[in-house]
Amino acid sequence: MKVLEKQADEFVCDAPNAQVDGEKGLALVKYLILGILFGIVFVKAEIISWFRIQEMFRLTSFHMYGVIGSAIVTGIISIQLIKRLGIKSMAGEKINIPTKEFRKGQIFGGLIFGLGWALTGACPGPLFAQIGSGFTVIIVTLLAAVAGTWTYGRFANKLPN
Amino acid sequence: MIMNEFIEWISQPWPWYVAGPMVGLTVPALLILGNKTFGISSSLRHVCAICIPSGIPFFSYNWRKETWNLVFVLGILIGGFISSVFLSNPNELLIAEGTKAELAALGITDFSGLMPADIFSWENVFTGKGLVFLVFGGFLVGFGTRYAGGCTSGHAIMGISSLQWPSLVATMSFMIGGFLMTHLFLGPLMKLVGF
Repeated sequence: MKVLEKQADEFVCDAPNAQVDGEKGLALVKYLILGILFGIVFVKAEIISWFRIQEMFRLTSFHMYGVIGSAIVTGIISIQLIKRLGIKSMAGEKINIPTKEFRKGQIFGGLIFGLGWALTGACPGPLFAQIGSGFTVIIVTLLAAVAGTWTYGRFANKLPN
Repeated sequence: MIMNEFIEWISQPWPWYVAGPMVGLTVPALLILGNKTFGISSSLRHVCAICIPSGIPFFSYNWRKETWNLVFVLGILIGGFISSVFLSNPNELLIAEGTKAELAALGITDFSGLMPADIFSWENVFTGKGLVFLVFGGFLVGFGTRYAGGCTSGHAIMGISSLQWPSLVATMSFMIGGFLMTHLFLGPLMKLVGF
């Protein structure tokens, strides 16, 4: 059992939570507010639009490249500042940015996600914003995405990685 | 009066140079708020771990510690609701002429909303259109992001921002997959489902 737990801990490395203390109840409200702001940006910048994603893959508009590109530049500057100034988290912990190891899955899985991205016009984040902004039928897409995630988890050890 | 003008102003579509940095600021915000790494597709994994773990090792972990991620995506959903109800753009969506012409040739007729009603409507759920765009497309998104270990947020934004080359490889794979679908498979698939 101990071994299994350790294994499972190692598995959870995609968007890890480095905070030592668990957070419950009101402590989670800050993530709700951040999510709300993020959802508003998604809709107002039309990132949730199937048409904007089509423009991106048809190279007819700079919009999505501008959004993702400037988000990355902002992220790079922020992370460099956090590292160089030794900024700590609100709980006073050292900020921990985990290393992503290269796996073949990043190529195979990446291609598969890309195929789906152009069909649905959404990555996982915009799926939630689409549902919220009244495209309730996207609940079907979200459920299918959960099914896809489950299927990957079920066969993860049999796939080349 | 000033409030009304403000609402009217932010109801216009936001340009990339406003939206992009705001998306990017989510990275330090999550790190500083609670030492959290930005990544949205993980929420789908937590849903599996909570609802249908089925004894699979990949879903056997302490998901309670990751509740924040589910609260965050719930926020995204509420944010979508707020902006569509209170801040909705009064004008028609502007779509690049080239894309409009190409999509019209494929059979899209409705360009008025953020999503084409020809595809994304409840009437289409149990048709070939729903099967391909909603079910098959959604499945690929869920399967692919987990196989890749992240999506646009976890790899393209968080991963590249922290200068990790595997994330650049993943992002390039996302783009190649998207180009392949758009230019090779989308046309035949749309024909197949009756466009």
